[in-house]
This record gives sequence, C-alpha cells and structure tokens, in this order.
Amino acid sequence: MSQRSAKEMGLVACPRCTKVWPIETDRCERCGKTLHSRSPKSLQRVWAWWVIGVMCYIPANILPMLTTRTLFRSEDSTIVGGAVELIHHGSVGIALIILIASVAIPVGKFFAIGFLALSVQRPSAASQHQRQILYEVVEYIGRWSMIDVFVVAILSALVQLKALASINPGPASLFFACSVIFTMLSAQSFDSRLIWDRHDQMKKSSAHV
Amino acid sequence: MTSLRPDISLDDLIVCPTCDAVYSLDVPEEGDRAVCARCNTVLITNRRNAAFRVIALSLTVVILIIASAVFPFLRIDAVGLNNSVSILDAAFAFSEGLLSLLALVTAALIFAIPLCRAMLTIYVLAPIALQLSPRKHAKQAFRLSEALRPWSMAEIFAIGCAVALIKVADLAEVSFGPAFWMFSVLVVLVVATDNFMCRWSIWKALDTS
Repeated sequence: MSQRSAKEMGLVACPRCTKVWPIETDRCERCGKTLHSRSPKSLQRVWAWWVIGVMCYIPANILPMLTTRTLFRSEDSTIVGGAVELIHHGSVGIALIILIASVAIPVGKFFAIGFLALSVQRPSAASQHQRQILYEVVEYIGRWSMIDVFVVAILSALVQLKALASINPGPASLFFACSVIFTMLSAQSFDSRLIWDRHDQMKKSSAHV
Repeated sequence: MTSLRPDISLDDLIVCPTCDAVYSLDVPEEGDRAVCARCNTVLITNRRNAAFRVIALSLTVVILIIASAVFPFLRIDAVGLNNSVSILDAAFAFSEGLLSLLALVTAALIFAIPLCRAMLTIYVLAPIALQLSPRKHAKQAFRLSEALRPWSMAEIFAIGCAVALIKVADLAEVSFGPAFWMFSVLVVLVVATDNFMCRWSIWKALDTS
C-alpha cells in the first residue's frame, strides 16, 4: 500500500479538527488542541483506566444490583443472579440481553483493550485491519453496557407500589456504572494511530532486507 | 523521513485522524463521502443543506427532550395501586446515600448531555448555515459538543426501557405516557443528526473567521 503517514512526512494532524501542521507544532491554532504526533503516555493512561475499570467490575458482580420487596419476602439479586432468575421465569431473550450487555460486553472489552494495548508494543498475529475493526467495535459497543444501570433506574422508579411490591437499586449499580465509565475512558485514551505505525515500521524493515 | 515538497500547501492535505494516513484533499461531490482507503474512517460527508437539516433536527431534539422530561413517561397499574414516572424520576431513583451520585450521572447521560449537545450544535451551525461569521466562542462550543458525543446515551436508555418493561410485565400492567413516544422519536433524531454532521466542513467554516 502506498499510504504514507503524516508522521513519516514530517506532519502532524489535529485529532480533533483534522487540520494539518508541521510536526514541530505544539498546539492546533484552529481549535486549540495540544498536538502530538502520537499521544505520549497513551498506553499508560489506557492501562490506568483499565485497572480501575476491572477493579470496579468485581464488586459490581458480587454486591446486589436490585432489592425486590413483595408482600412476603425481600430478595437481593446480583447481575448474574437476576439473569438466571429471568431464565427460570421463561424470559430467555431478556436474560440474554442482560447477560450480553452486563457480562459479555464488559469482559470482552477488558480483553480487547488489553490485547490492543499489548499488540502495539510487540509483534501481533492480528493484521492492522483486524485490530482497527476491533478498536472500532470496542469504541462503539462500550457505551451499551450502561443499559443495565438504566434498567435498574427505570425499574426502581416505576415499581413503587407501597406494600405490594417495590424495587430498589443496590450498591452494585454504582460500581457497575463506574466500571463502564472507566472502561470507556480507557478506550478513548488509546491512540489508534499506534496500530498503523507498527505496520509502517515492518514495511520499512522488510524493504531493507 | 521525507521532507514535504514546497509546492504543496498544508491546506491541500487531509490526514485520517484514526490511522494518520495522508491524502491530498479532494472534496467529494454532493451526496458523496470521502473515506480513508486504509481504515475506512469517513473523512468528509457532503450532503446538500446539511447545516439546515442538522439545525432543524437539533431544534426538534431540544423541544422533545424538554417535553419528554416533564410529561409522564411510564405508568404501572397493579390491583388498584398505580405509579407513573417521568424520565427524570427514573434518574433520581438512585437516591440513597452514595447512590445519589449515580442519580446525577444518569440524569446527565440521558437528559442534560443530549440537550446540551443539541443546543451547542444550533449555536455553532446557525451562523454557518446563514453564511454569517461564527458566533463568539463557537469553536469552544463545538469542541465541547464533540467531547460530549460518546456520553450522550438517550438511545441506550430507550433500549433499557424495553428491557425494563418486559421485566415487570408479569408483575403489573404497564402503560406508556406521552413522553414515551416523544422519547422514541427523539432517539431516531439524535442518531440522524450525527449522521448528517460533517465535522471537517464545520471546522473549516469556523476557521475562516
């Protein structure tokens, strides 16, 4: 591929407004963003947010997400516990949505971001295109994990029928929301241009051989 | 490193913000898009009257979002007891202790941020559409609007509603308030607005000030 990167041409592009500057420019004059050909410490920030995100995800799964009170009993349910209960009631589809949004997506995201951060530091079996797609999927899908927090909000606001039945949010909702937010920040800290740099370097070294 | 040929102006170049590939600028024809050949990021979208369309959509979003926050959203009925809630009630369901923090976050994600983005968009785009010089602080306004983009979660809240409805369906009868329909329309409009907006053109228009 004949594509050259701005870095190779001695240029730097503003990641916010895409204006092109000579590489030594510090600040984009159009929109005011500090310019870096590649964000320094991008990976450190990715890992820092990643670690807090993972840490919040643990209590999010252990503590109760919802407390349901009906006439005769009061019951705490965790994220997975709530989904299992839904399966027992026959709502397999909804249980699947909850499990995908609250378990599969967050866990998958932890692995995906970790993989991407490692892959720009050492040779990777996955092609640049595959990793680019993975990055876009992570960026796009990460927000959707918030769905369970919103479900808890709606249920707790709606089901307030005095003695008959009431649903209240549990502490896990806070940890879960934090986990989603920190993981989103982790993905945003990743400088996707790093994925393509490796490619450029490899091309150069193979040309020398 | 290759030095740049002196006859090429930096304004004639466009750099893909995702993968740092450099292209010579070629604004696509009306109805067309310019896409990065390497990573498929959309660089420029050229739609007829895009600014007017985005303004019209954003105005509708502002009206709908305020209306849908005030009117009842969902109503639940079970053996003589009932409860109806608005969107803001749902956010403020997180009211105990530390969870009230989550109430603020939820209210921001589903109400304040989408509203704020729509208003900022109108502020930035109205002078551009009317071919006037940009308003004071238009650049800062657009910067803020872009930074808030991943945190606008109205559409995720809508899917959360669907899940919550099915969860309570066997417990009680749920009916939709007027706000529910407004919110459904709103979600479609928010997505449409983002698709019409060409960031490259907006920054370029803000630059000539």
